[in-house]
Amino acid sequence: MSASASEGSSLRVLGVVKEFPSPDNANVRTLALAGVTVSVAAGELVSIVGPSGCGKSTLLRLIAGLDSPNSGELWIGDVPIIAPSAERGLVFQDPNLFPWLTVRRNIQAGLVARGVLQEKRHEVDEFLRLVGLDAFANAFPHHLSGGMSQRVALARALINHPKVLLLDEPLGALDAFTRMRMQDEVLRLWQARRTTMLLVTHDIDEAIYMSDRIVIMTPSPGRIERTISVAQDRPRQRSSPEFLRLRGEILELLHFAGNATRDRSTVSPGVSPDAADGSPGDDRKPPEQADPAMVKQNTQSGAVHSLREALSSRKNSTSLLRHSGLPPG
Amino acid sequence: MNTSVQETNEPVQMAEEKTARAVGINSPAAPRARVRTLLAIPVAASVALVVHLFVSKNQPAPETYSYSVFLGSILLSGVLAAAGQSFSSHLMRWMRHMGPIIAAAVSLACFWEVITSGLRLLPLPYFPGPAGVLQSLIDDRALLLDSAWNSLKLLLAGYALGVAVALVTGVCIGWFNQARYWGMPLLKVVGPIPATAWIPLAMVLSPSPRFSAIGIIALAVWFPVTMLTASGISNTRASYLDVARTLGAREPYLVLRVAIPAAMPSIFIGLFMGLGAAFLTLVVAETVGVKSGLGWYVAWKQGWAEYGKVYAALVIMAAFFSTIMTLLFKVRDRVLVWQKGVIKW
Repeated sequence: MSASASEGSSLRVLGVVKEFPSPDNANVRTLALAGVTVSVAAGELVSIVGPSGCGKSTLLRLIAGLDSPNSGELWIGDVPIIAPSAERGLVFQDPNLFPWLTVRRNIQAGLVARGVLQEKRHEVDEFLRLVGLDAFANAFPHHLSGGMSQRVALARALINHPKVLLLDEPLGALDAFTRMRMQDEVLRLWQARRTTMLLVTHDIDEAIYMSDRIVIMTPSPGRIERTISVAQDRPRQRSSPEFLRLRGEILELLHFAGNATRDRSTVSPGVSPDAADGSPGDDRKPPEQADPAMVKQNTQSGAVHSLREALSSRKNSTSLLRHSGLPPG
Repeated sequence: MNTSVQETNEPVQMAEEKTARAVGINSPAAPRARVRTLLAIPVAASVALVVHLFVSKNQPAPETYSYSVFLGSILLSGVLAAAGQSFSSHLMRWMRHMGPIIAAAVSLACFWEVITSGLRLLPLPYFPGPAGVLQSLIDDRALLLDSAWNSLKLLLAGYALGVAVALVTGVCIGWFNQARYWGMPLLKVVGPIPATAWIPLAMVLSPSPRFSAIGIIALAVWFPVTMLTASGISNTRASYLDVARTLGAREPYLVLRVAIPAAMPSIFIGLFMGLGAAFLTLVVAETVGVKSGLGWYVAWKQGWAEYGKVYAALVIMAAFFSTIMTLLFKVRDRVLVWQKGVIKW
């Protein structure tokens, strides 16, 4: 496992729209992603941050091929994504290790699934060492701590040499110290393999510490607010002025930095800024029948106005899409 | 981290340590408890032997002799085990666990002898004493063994057939929507009919009573195993399947290596329920159709009013069925070893 040229592949997400039927009324459809466009270069590590409900996990599932979009395109290199594949590894917040398999057998699951265990058996030990769990090869998952389980999950995804590794809040369930150690571990794996990585997180520090670029998403409906490049060299200092400046900038974009940030001038027109703190001006609630998850964070912006109209008419679920599904600007 | 290594590698040692601590250097009450454990079997056996000899004074010797030998050998092995346990920690642990239970069983037999042969509180020939039952068991051992062997063959054939079919139908109903749509109503309507209710139909349809018994036992096993297999499969955590898909798994892998292992705990519940149903059905089927086996033996001896032999057959049945149950538990412990520490049942 020498530090070689990138194993990764570029990833393009073009105008992807995804809507789900509302759980209590099949005629109402909730817009999870309203025209999302992202591109990630081969070998790049990009984070997606945003509050709950902004569609980041939905986006990751679409890239993994576990769901398909209502419209838009997804490409790995020049191959369209139509189904799950071993070239797009996915690690969840819950390690989801198969409890009936030992650590070793969990890691080799991908090789077995692809029918290449015989040729690649030697790699299992390599990956066990890579994540520092060779002593636990024959332990069952319930004997492992959270951090160890997540390392097994990483090794299990990496053994397929995925072109893109998708990480859905992989460190979210860990305590602060383990999490910081694991961040270094993931960076080490990334630097060793140069796999393209897309990391979903709601930890802003984690995003700044790890990624080349940070995509900031806002909910209701999920869309990309801004993309920020992080130019600092690694390893990054979590308390450096540049780090803290970026942190402030992102918090401001997400409207967590106090009242000053409610200044609309920082927000491009037509974008619905997320107001997770719930401002006093938010008393103009949309009609009751609208999906609360989708409209609870309403604002005065034009996009949301038209969204609300679409919802109140409710004649045609696609009108929702037509009105609010347009990309910002 | 280190502790969990030890836990994985050395559960036996840990258990031993715990036992040693429980046996107890540090607790003053321990030696007394230990003596009590040691004496339980010899005391119970001596009491039972004395009662037996007293009760059987006025009975013909051949009928009571074997029971005296039986109690005597329990007494002897109790004493030997008590003496030998300081040499083997395995024996010691076994004695600590089983001593009181064996002593209680011997006392119960003694009580039984007192109210039957002793005080004659219960009417003969329906309630023979333990000596009579033991004598019947010895007298008729050839036929009983043969019956048990025939029952075993019938049981295994029916159980294996039922489980094999049930695993296939259960996996299909649990996994494929089409199979679920058509199979579930059938399962829900046909399944709850007690398998023994099919006996008349089975006797008409099948070429031999043995054949129909196998089919009915299989049917009795099929319902619970299918039901629990299907529910186990369809309740497989979606995220396990998602993970497997992103690892490059196709449908055969998803079914055979994700859904079925995930459903195993549920499948084993079905296997236990199925085994219980198989015992019941076996005995009924043997009583009405098949001309061999323990169920047949019980019915036949009852016809001759040889209740000693009826009880002897029940004793054999208890030993026979509980052994099979224990074997299934052992299989489960082996297959579900990954659950250790997660779930206790």
